Amino acid sequence: MTADRRDAPGTRREETETTRRSFLGRLWLGLGGLALAEYVWLVVEFLRPRSGSAEAAGVLVAGPVDRFDLGSVTAFPAGKFYLTRLADGGFLAVSRECTHLGCTVPWIADEGQFVCPCHSSAYDIRGDVLSAPAPRPLDLHPIRIENGIVKVDTGRTLRRRSFEVSQVTRA
Amino acid sequence: MRPVRLPERTVAFRHTFGLGGMAAALVLLLILTGVLIMFVYEPTPERAYGSIEALRRDVRFGGLVRNVHHWSANLLVIITFLHLLRTFFTGAFHGARQFNWVIGTLLLLVVLAANFTGYLLPWDQLSYWAITIVTAMLGYVPAIGDGLRQLARGGPEIGSATLINFYTFHTTVFPVTLVTLMAFHFWRVRKAGGVVVPRAYDEGVAERPDTVLFVPSLLAREFVTALVLVASVLVISVAFDAGLAEPANPGMSPNPAKAPWYFLGLQELLLHFHPTWAVVILPGLALLGLLAIPYIRYDEPLEGPWFLSTTGRSLAIAGAVAALALTPLWVLLDEYVTDWSGWLAGLPPVVSEGLVPAVIALGVMWGVVRLAARQHGGNRQEVLQAAFAFVTTALVILTIVGVWFRGEGMALTWPWTS
Repeated sequence: MTADRRDAPGTRREETETTRRSFLGRLWLGLGGLALAEYVWLVVEFLRPRSGSAEAAGVLVAGPVDRFDLGSVTAFPAGKFYLTRLADGGFLAVSRECTHLGCTVPWIADEGQFVCPCHSSAYDIRGDVLSAPAPRPLDLHPIRIENGIVKVDTGRTLRRRSFEVSQVTRA
Repeated sequence: MRPVRLPERTVAFRHTFGLGGMAAALVLLLILTGVLIMFVYEPTPERAYGSIEALRRDVRFGGLVRNVHHWSANLLVIITFLHLLRTFFTGAFHGARQFNWVIGTLLLLVVLAANFTGYLLPWDQLSYWAITIVTAMLGYVPAIGDGLRQLARGGPEIGSATLINFYTFHTTVFPVTLVTLMAFHFWRVRKAGGVVVPRAYDEGVAERPDTVLFVPSLLAREFVTALVLVASVLVISVAFDAGLAEPANPGMSPNPAKAPWYFLGLQELLLHFHPTWAVVILPGLALLGLLAIPYIRYDEPLEGPWFLSTTGRSLAIAGAVAALALTPLWVLLDEYVTDWSGWLAGLPPVVSEGLVPAVIALGVMWGVVRLAARQHGGNRQEVLQAAFAFVTTALVILTIVGVWFRGEGMALTWPWTS
């Protein structure tokens, strides 16, 4: 309708001119858009991971240091990680989740490596990448050794670009 | 929904193959069976698998109804894709149909999303790991990837939050969106005066095409198509069980772990390109290209017969044949010869394994299209057919490779050796 007015000869209304009608029209449109945006926001808030559901995460007591042989890998299914003890006696808590697409990597003792069943990424005992497509080493959980007891904080996950000696915890 | 009279030529089965009607019939079948399954299914990790077992074991026709739901859903993906091909290759996206192409593309995305969210619900090994892999792909989106993945999973990993979210999307959000968009889609078809009118290649567009009555000419054809379709789905559902693997076990990934078949083309891309390219850039470009098709400026828009003209047909065939030859070659070369990150060791992976091979692949496609255009001539729309045929054929081949030629550790293998 505003188009008719604009096209009528003799009128000097510019396209940018605001009439009461066009103003109200835009107001409704804006309010509708706002309501929609609010609803989308609500949806996102409802879908957002609930903080309570990060459950189970916490400090897991793995056991006394002596229980883990040098060069051994022990699975902790409850914490979803492997506790590996390197040949020099250092500990690493390696996440079992492949960094490529999130499959669970088993430890292949015969080959001395973690091999992902999904796309054959391979990692060594330190979680460092031996073969692609994994883009980075397996994630780590922080370790504390208190009174000869190994404790793993599964609530925190550390990403790394490559293996470094500083990542190893020693008794 | 239908006019009283419509152009006689549009009712010919081989013009549209009844694909749109088939898709609508499948959606109806999916809603009917889906409601039944909802009476039995329980969306919690503890109960989901057991309730599907109970559905198959204790409910009369329970297994059959689930099979019909399963096969209809898979068939719907194929039919929707074929419907898209039909629409494109008959040039049915000009003028009044322009925006309906966009709605159709959205419908395809909703169909995929509905399929994907349903895939998790049985909570068996197959579904658990397929959803793990596809949601992990989201993690490769730059900057916001981790957030997206967490949002899709409802937490850091797949669990009860994921299941209830997927269930809600699958049983309410997507069906409602689907039906709403379908109504819009049909209305736009009606507004455009029905489907595009076919003609012989050497014929002009008829001013006043001969018409026939909707009842019985079109109604009878649509009814028969729907009946044959429903009968086929029933036969398939009796003969082939939808299957149920072991219960989901987060501690053990099956080997190989694959995405649902309609995303295996995407998973295959991931084996050949850096994740940012495979998951974000290349699919994003494809989607944008798809949406842009009706909005490109065509000097002489063509519509009606399949492939538009003899030139158009030759170009489409050239594009398809080139992709048929080059896609498997690319897959083989990448498996046994190319080593981008080794050859271009100094460059970051997103360039050496992403930009470089992607530019080469797109360059090869561009070269093929230019070559075909030089050989056959053709206007912009006809040449576009060569590119479209190339891309869709490549996608189909990548999907086939992913489904049948990838074995343990996603290594190439023969389908009959597994």
